Amino acid sequence: MRIAVLLNMVPDLVEELEIDSTGKALDTQWMRYVISESDDHALEQALLLKDRHGASVSVLAMDYGDADQVLYAALARGADEAVNLTGIPETGLGKRAAAATFKEALGGIRPDLILAGVQAIDDLDAHVAGMLGGMMALPYVGVTRSVEPSGEGKVLVQKEYPGGAAAEIEVTLPAVVGVLSAPQPPRYVPVARIREVMKTRTLDKREAVAVAVPAEPAVIRLFKPEPAEHAQMLDGSPEELAGQIIKILEDRGLAP
Amino acid sequence: MSPAGQDVWVHIEHLRGKVAGHTYELLGKGREIADALGGQLIAVLVGNEVQPLAETLAADGVLYVEDAGLAEYTPGSHAAVIRALVEKEAPRVVLFGATSMGMDLAAVLAAVLERPLIVNCVNLQVRDGRTVATSQMCGGKLLCEAEASGPVVVTVMPGSFPSEAGLAKSPPPVEVVPMPAPLEAVGMRAIRILEPEPGDVDITKSAVLVAVGRGIQRQDNIPLAEELAGALGGTVCASRPVVDQGWLPMSRQVGKSGMIVKPKLYLALGISGAPEHAEGMKDSDLIIAVNSDAKAPIFDIADYGIVIDMYDLLPALTQALRGRRA
Amino acid sequence: MPGRIRPGGEGLHREDTELSGDMQSAVPAGSAPSSASSDPRTAWKAEFNPCIQCGMCGGACPLASAMEYTPRHSIYLLKEGLLDQVLKSNTLWLCVSCYNCTARCPSGLKITDVLFPALRDAAISAGHTLPAEFKKALDNTYRYGNSLGEGPRKRIEWTKGAGVPVPIIGQLQRPVEALWLVECYPSYHPRNQRQAQAMARVLHATGVDFAILGPEEHCVGDCERLSGEAGLFESLVEYNTSLFDKYEYNEIVTGDPHAFNSLTRIYPLATGRRYPVRHYVEFLAARMDALRPLLKNRIEAKVTYHDNCCLGRMCGMYESPRELLRAIPGISLVEMPFARENALCCGGGGGGMWLDTVIWQAAHERLSDRRIAHALSTGAEVLAVSCPFEASRFEDALKSTGNEGKMIVKDIIELLDESISAPGVKPA
Repeated sequence: MRIAVLLNMVPDLVEELEIDSTGKALDTQWMRYVISESDDHALEQALLLKDRHGASVSVLAMDYGDADQVLYAALARGADEAVNLTGIPETGLGKRAAAATFKEALGGIRPDLILAGVQAIDDLDAHVAGMLGGMMALPYVGVTRSVEPSGEGKVLVQKEYPGGAAAEIEVTLPAVVGVLSAPQPPRYVPVARIREVMKTRTLDKREAVAVAVPAEPAVIRLFKPEPAEHAQMLDGSPEELAGQIIKILEDRGLAP
Repeated sequence: MSPAGQDVWVHIEHLRGKVAGHTYELLGKGREIADALGGQLIAVLVGNEVQPLAETLAADGVLYVEDAGLAEYTPGSHAAVIRALVEKEAPRVVLFGATSMGMDLAAVLAAVLERPLIVNCVNLQVRDGRTVATSQMCGGKLLCEAEASGPVVVTVMPGSFPSEAGLAKSPPPVEVVPMPAPLEAVGMRAIRILEPEPGDVDITKSAVLVAVGRGIQRQDNIPLAEELAGALGGTVCASRPVVDQGWLPMSRQVGKSGMIVKPKLYLALGISGAPEHAEGMKDSDLIIAVNSDAKAPIFDIADYGIVIDMYDLLPALTQALRGRRA
Repeated sequence: MPGRIRPGGEGLHREDTELSGDMQSAVPAGSAPSSASSDPRTAWKAEFNPCIQCGMCGGACPLASAMEYTPRHSIYLLKEGLLDQVLKSNTLWLCVSCYNCTARCPSGLKITDVLFPALRDAAISAGHTLPAEFKKALDNTYRYGNSLGEGPRKRIEWTKGAGVPVPIIGQLQRPVEALWLVECYPSYHPRNQRQAQAMARVLHATGVDFAILGPEEHCVGDCERLSGEAGLFESLVEYNTSLFDKYEYNEIVTGDPHAFNSLTRIYPLATGRRYPVRHYVEFLAARMDALRPLLKNRIEAKVTYHDNCCLGRMCGMYESPRELLRAIPGISLVEMPFARENALCCGGGGGGMWLDTVIWQAAHERLSDRRIAHALSTGAEVLAVSCPFEASRFEDALKSTGNEGKMIVKDIIELLDESISAPGVKPA
């Protein structure tokens, strides 16, 4: 089975996010990027399929936000090939344009299965995996917690529902799967191996095909929710407090 | 049906014969949007033998598509049906929940219908004839206001809007639509539903967590927390000292050396909020902390705080929650 | 004979002030200058040929009873070519780098510095599933330069509450007397930030011309090295040495015994160079003439001091911390059982801070709980420490053992600070 894994770099929340002077985008001066968490799981899911069933794994990323580091780490973890799509703006592309960019690049790879994280934290306009499925007119299932081969040209996915239930769905390949989590957490790769890979392997740099960047949805403004330095303290008798708590829960749709 | 140009459609999510709660929120908000746009509010119900579910939906009309092949949800089959309906009627706004089912459908449909997509909304309105949505991003640290001037697909975070307005006072008119799309080319089929293992609780999947810390003091007090969790529809979890004592299993431990959880509600009872514990739960949507020590660090990260002995509060809260259900 | 504890309490380090051939093996595979022997990844095994299977290591190890294979048994299996068995056991994850085995080995074998890191390195390389907390700490260090996973900019947050200027050497643009390596826990952990702030005030009060590295600072990497991540340690050594070389200073001062341990004994082997470095207990004890007159406020308390493993057993620094405590008026110092070279580790070293669950599940006890009992038995009101891991570990231990309120835990630097600038401390 030929598997392609799509990786997106997203803002690292370790540092405080700052909004730039236009009010419509993040200030990238101090911003660090990190691999999107569910993409990390998508890679792990692909590597598990390789370990257990002998698939080949190609990893693709767009060249911004330290993607090189992430691609080397993917090779160190066991990916067979790592493609860095160059010619991308420094701050990346909106997700719809990202999906279109990946679609163009996948033409040369012709994978049986495309795995990507089901959503990224900086998704405003789209989920890359789902968009890609629609654009490529391929079957798409998202929010999966496992992917297993299921006979010739098919995979069996477990799609998560709330409360821990899941649906088993058999999907005909080629297909796109939006991974939420892999059956095991992303494997640790020793730093020594990453350093070794950086010395001995090369990334496949390919020029990204320019795609149209849609005008909408148009960002009006970015803003931060009111930060609370301290909890809002509630007061009263136990019965009054119970009533206040329930009101808070009702307002949030959390009261049963 | 009137020309659909300014209509608002709401995807009715259902599983095992029950309409998902947040769907009523979408209908309630959808009503406002439809009114502002001058269009109708239509509910889209797709499945097999689920027409009775339409009765509680507060909408101007329900489009109902039934087929044996739609008995079990798959993204492929439902997206194919909804796509055909939308292509025919061209509603202005299509609303989905930002849920497992909703995410799949919204993303695929926005791509094939070439409509802008706005996800994870917590607010929605019409301004100067444009759809304006406020979305949550970056783990809730950022909010983004964005707009679309024409047809659009939107996913909404459950819990964003009140649901009462979405409950019908009388059943809406239902239009039964014949299967508008073939299912053969869908490329997937549902096999079965897997139920969660009883007793093998994964606290990271629970939307509501009642967390107990040293303040619980004794093992035989744990059932009180469990009663409260039951009344809230949630699960009990614990900080490390409670698990160390063996009062709850490791699978319930929250913190640096346990699980990282991000529930919608984290009710912390008798937990001081040491950094090692905070690391495991600080990204919860709503944190309510109860501790008898006003200086407990948990109050620095909680949204709401109550300085009280948890045993004074617990019975009253459990009772009040039960009273609502009655 | 190297590696012995000498009567009179001199530790291991004092013997080996010269770079000697047999210290080469203290360096983890991959970071040693290449030697005549074959693959550095396996060369370390030959180091343990002199083992006479006496069992001192197993007898000295505070967690041996929880290990599937004691250190002695592990070396036996290693010699028999049965390394895989050891790699699958819980043994390698229970070492907290207390150096008790190393201190007592009659053959001078570097059990703590070589055996356990190599076993862990082998397990990591073989793709064994690592404890999640442990893996996260290593990931964090690789990404952010600290095991807590905090951003570099936040590293100087603590300076806002110091009450005195804390210059950053990159901004000062001039040589300083002391480059103060704050290290990660004092920079980021809420409990330890108070120690960093106290140290800033004490340095300021004693007129030391100091500066910190600020957001550029990365972990020195002692615990990462002991955790078996040789590649990570190598990258930290590279980073830190080029950072240290950027600036001019007379010496490096640190409040972190683990940083002191690595900089003094390991970095020279990995880089062929020596950095002048002192822990604050030595640095301030040498400045007693300037310090003593400043210690104006009495602290009326019975104090007992816990000798941490790096300063104590490894480096033989037993007197300077006690000297500092005795200089504070009002303090009466009592010794707890198992003091000095016999001190019982708090359990935080060598990855212990990130293996809490694993150790707990194997041993059903934290070493800090056992140690706090020693401290409490003295009747002292204050437990004095000089390692950042210890403040929160021992405070936690007081709570877990139901002894909250019977004792307070303070770093020596906090006590010095209080004597300089605040009225006397009483138990909470």
